[in-house]
This record gives sequence, C-alpha cells and structure tokens, in this order.
Amino acid sequence: MNSLFKSFIGFAISLLLLSLFFGIIAALAFFKLDYFTNIMSFEQVRPFHVSAALFWIISGAAGSILYYKKWAFPDAKQYDQFSIAFIVIWVLTILTIFISYCFEQYGGREYWEFPPVLNIFILLAWICLMISFFGTLLQSAKDKPLYVWMWSTGILFFLFTFIEQNLWHIPWFRNSFLKEMTIQWKSNGSMVGAWNQMIYGSAIYLMVKISGEESIAKSRKAYFAYFLGLTNLIFNWGHHIYNVPSASWIRDVSYGISMTEWLLLIGIIQGFKSKLEEREKFRYLLTYKFLIASEFWIFLNLVLALFMSIPAINRYTHGTHITVAHAMGTTIGINTMILLASISYILKMDEDKNKRMRLHLNIGYWTSQLSLLVFWVALIVAGIIKGYRAITLKITVFTELMEPVLKVLKVFMYSGFVLAIGLTIICWIMLGHLKEVLRGKDVK
Amino acid sequence: MVKRIFILLILAYFCYSFLVYTKSAKETEQPTDQAIAGLSIWQSRNCQACHQLYGLGGYMGPDLTNIISDSTKGALFAKSLLIAGSPRMPNFNLSETDITNLLAFLSWVDKSGKTAVPAEKVTWYGNYNIDNQ
Repeated sequence: MNSLFKSFIGFAISLLLLSLFFGIIAALAFFKLDYFTNIMSFEQVRPFHVSAALFWIISGAAGSILYYKKWAFPDAKQYDQFSIAFIVIWVLTILTIFISYCFEQYGGREYWEFPPVLNIFILLAWICLMISFFGTLLQSAKDKPLYVWMWSTGILFFLFTFIEQNLWHIPWFRNSFLKEMTIQWKSNGSMVGAWNQMIYGSAIYLMVKISGEESIAKSRKAYFAYFLGLTNLIFNWGHHIYNVPSASWIRDVSYGISMTEWLLLIGIIQGFKSKLEEREKFRYLLTYKFLIASEFWIFLNLVLALFMSIPAINRYTHGTHITVAHAMGTTIGINTMILLASISYILKMDEDKNKRMRLHLNIGYWTSQLSLLVFWVALIVAGIIKGYRAITLKITVFTELMEPVLKVLKVFMYSGFVLAIGLTIICWIMLGHLKEVLRGKDVK
Repeated sequence: MVKRIFILLILAYFCYSFLVYTKSAKETEQPTDQAIAGLSIWQSRNCQACHQLYGLGGYMGPDLTNIISDSTKGALFAKSLLIAGSPRMPNFNLSETDITNLLAFLSWVDKSGKTAVPAEKVTWYGNYNIDNQ
C-alpha cells in the first residue's frame, strides 16, 4: 500500500525527467529545423514536453496531498481504495496520452493537447481523489489548519475548471469564437490557481512541520493571503485575454483584482528580515533549501506578473516570450521547487547523512538555480525585443520580426540544457533514494 | 468565519462564471459547417503548438488571427503555405477539402476582431477601450 504511494511519487519524478528530455528535443527542433522537420518536428515534440510538465505538477501535488492526508489525519478513515483507484486510472491515462502522441493523435488545445476523449478518465480519476480526500476530511475535527483549506480549494477548483475547460464540446459555447476563447482562458487561468493552492498548501504544511510552529497555519496574515489568492484565482484570469474583444468589464475586473497582488509583494518584502533569521536556523535542511528557492522565485515572478497584468504593458508583453518566462518561471522556480521540497520530506532525505549524496544534490541545486535565472532573463529579453519590434516598430514580417529574438533565444536554449542537467541530477538522486526506500529501508 | 468566506467566494465564482458565459462576448457570425470542420483540423493537427490566435499558443510561427484580412498576406498566401509548407513549417499533405475548411476557420476567426490593440485604445488608467458589446 505504502509502496504504491511511493511508486506514484517515483512516477511523478519520471514525468519531470521526461519533460526535461522533451524540452531539450523541442529546443533542438526549434533551432535545427532542417534536421528535425522530417524526423520529429516541433509540433510533434511540444505535446510530450507540455503534457509531461503539466502532469508532473499535478501528479506531484496530488501525490503529496495523499501522503500528508495520512499524516495530518492519522485517526480518520483513509478511503485508500479510492486513492488506489485514482493512482491506477491517472497513471494509465497519462501513459495512453503519450501513446496517442506517438500516433500523432492530438486534441490541439493549450495544456490539453491530447485527444479529448481521455478527459473522461482524468475526470474519473479526479473524482476518486476527491472521495478519498474529502471522505477523510469529513471525519476529522472541525478546526482545520490553513493548509487543509488550501488543499481542499485546489482539489475542488481543479474539478470546476477542468469541467469548464471541456465546455467547448457543447455547440452553444463553440459557436462564438470570442466566447470560446474567453472561457478557455478563464478555465486555464483559474486551473493554474487551483494547483497553486494545492502546492502552496503543501509548502505551508512543510514549514509547519520543519519549524514545529502550528501558528504558521493559523495566523490572520496567512488566511488573508489565502483569501486574496482565492479571489485572484476566481477573477484575475482576464490578463490572458486582454486583447480579445470581449466585454470590457472582464478587463476591468481582472486588472483591478490583479493589482491586489501588490499587497502580497509588500508582505514578502516586509517578511524579508524574518526570512533571513529563519534561513540561518534551517539552512542545512534539504527540504527548506527547496522551499527558500521557491520563495525567491515567487518574488521575481510576482513582480513580473504584476507588470504583465497592467493592460498598457501587457500590450507589449502579450504573445511574446515574457509570457513564457512567467509560465516557466512559475512552473520550474515555484511549483517544481516546492514539489521537490515535498518529495525530499516524504522520503525523509534529511535523515540521510551521506556526504556524497549531499554534495551531488548541492551541485544539482545550484546548477539549476543559476541556470534558471539565465534562462528566465533570456526569455524576458527576447520578449522585450519582440514586443518592441512588433508594437513600436510595427514589423509584421515574421522572419524579420524574429531575427534578433532568435539570437537571444539561443542563450535560453543553452541555459535550458544546463538547467536540465541540474534538475536531472536532483531527480536521479531522489529516484535512487526512493528505490532504497522501496527495497525495505522504509520510513513510515 | 473562514467557512463563510469560502462559501461566499465559491458562490461568487459561479455567479461570475454565469455572467462570463452569457454576457462576455458579442454575438458574432455563426460558424459555417466548413469553419467547424476547419476547427477540427486546427485541433487534430495541433496547429496551436506553433501558431497563436489572439497571441495565445506556440511561438514557432506567426499569429494567425488576422492573416486572412492582412493585405500583405491573405487567403491565397495562407493556402500556398498549407499546400507546400515552408522551411519552418512541415508539409502536412492536407487534402483540398481540409485546406478549404481550415481557411474557412481562419476566416471566421479573423472576423471576430483584431489581435493588435492600437495605442489610441489604451485609456488614461492603463486599460483598453475595445469593448465590442
């Protein structure tokens, strides 16, 4: 039973490795067109990369919650049969998705590039996860800490937004292109907020466990940040479609709500000093190292998101690589770092005093952090050049528009290769540790 | 207290969703059967992996929202690319019907609006004034 859950964590790490591998292939397919077009062209590689990354995030988040649920509510009934059903259906569906890509069967929608019929199984798996999670939750004590609220919010809103993502199958939604576009990006935007709730909830849980201070998950400030996050999940998705000529109140609401995130930024700056003290205390813990890296990336990406949420600035950034910088900065810098923290905690890697393993992990950690910074900055520079040339210089010929951008994107590609090496080192060590655990050196 | 705010926000989510579904977009031209078939090809060939519509999608090729009405490109230009491909785009060996349907889809998208927001549409407080309601 326990080994099935642990194997699921291994499956999630494998998805991250797969995503890195196909990220490299996609970069090569982007730049070495003459060679790749006839073997495996970009539109064939991208779905592998995107789906592996997407399912790494969701599988890692769900897998962590399934674990923490047992630790947070040890006396409640666990509904393990539904957790198993979730894992089995989820894994088989993801494998089928990759097989469908091998046969060039696509669904052709952003994030969800696989044949839409497979959505039925994803939905089914998610319902099993919900029964397992909420079943346990309903039996537990009334006063729930913040991380439980965040897990519940994430799991519930994933369901809502996933259903919403599939409304285009109904002709009434599909027959207006603007409506379809608006709803597609409403659901995509809110869904990102949903898995962020699941992942940030786990980050708070980890901080509580590391520090031993339950007050972290009960403070008014933490609840305020949670409700602000939830409000943004519901209303601030409009920045994806500022240029779509839908009703102006969508832009007004999204713009207004997005600006409340300045409060989060102020909170981060205010808490900087106490973070430094906290860092001194826990810096030797691997789990904490990943958490602190995620906080650094939250700061950088929040600043970027705040500027991108101002329509006058979004006019220059939309459809450029600045959007990619934000997407990759958040999925790698924030989500992946928190999930790696979570996995290192689940596998109790801090109890392993092997110096060689620690040294290799440190190399992987710093390689990935520094290369991610170069990777992220290169994307922003590429986006600024593209935005300037498209909007200010009004260049419409695509090859001419992209000429200087491609030079900067080479920096992005090379730093991406180094980033992949750094993360692969970390994943490899974690998989090795997991293997040891599965062999019998188990930690309950 | 937490529970109440949570329930209130969930209700707000559903009310706002209803508003978005029913009032967010102007009534545009209904798609023809060809355009719907074109949408199917757009999706099954995974065109969004490389191309954008309204700036959303991949970064390999250009944004195609207004390619049909673009005086420097237009339907014939798009058709020739679909038939022969380009150094950056593989030849998908689409049938004549598929190409016609794909062009009908792009034409339908084109009629829905413009992807570029002109500078004069930016308001004093940084928002856009492009309401087509």
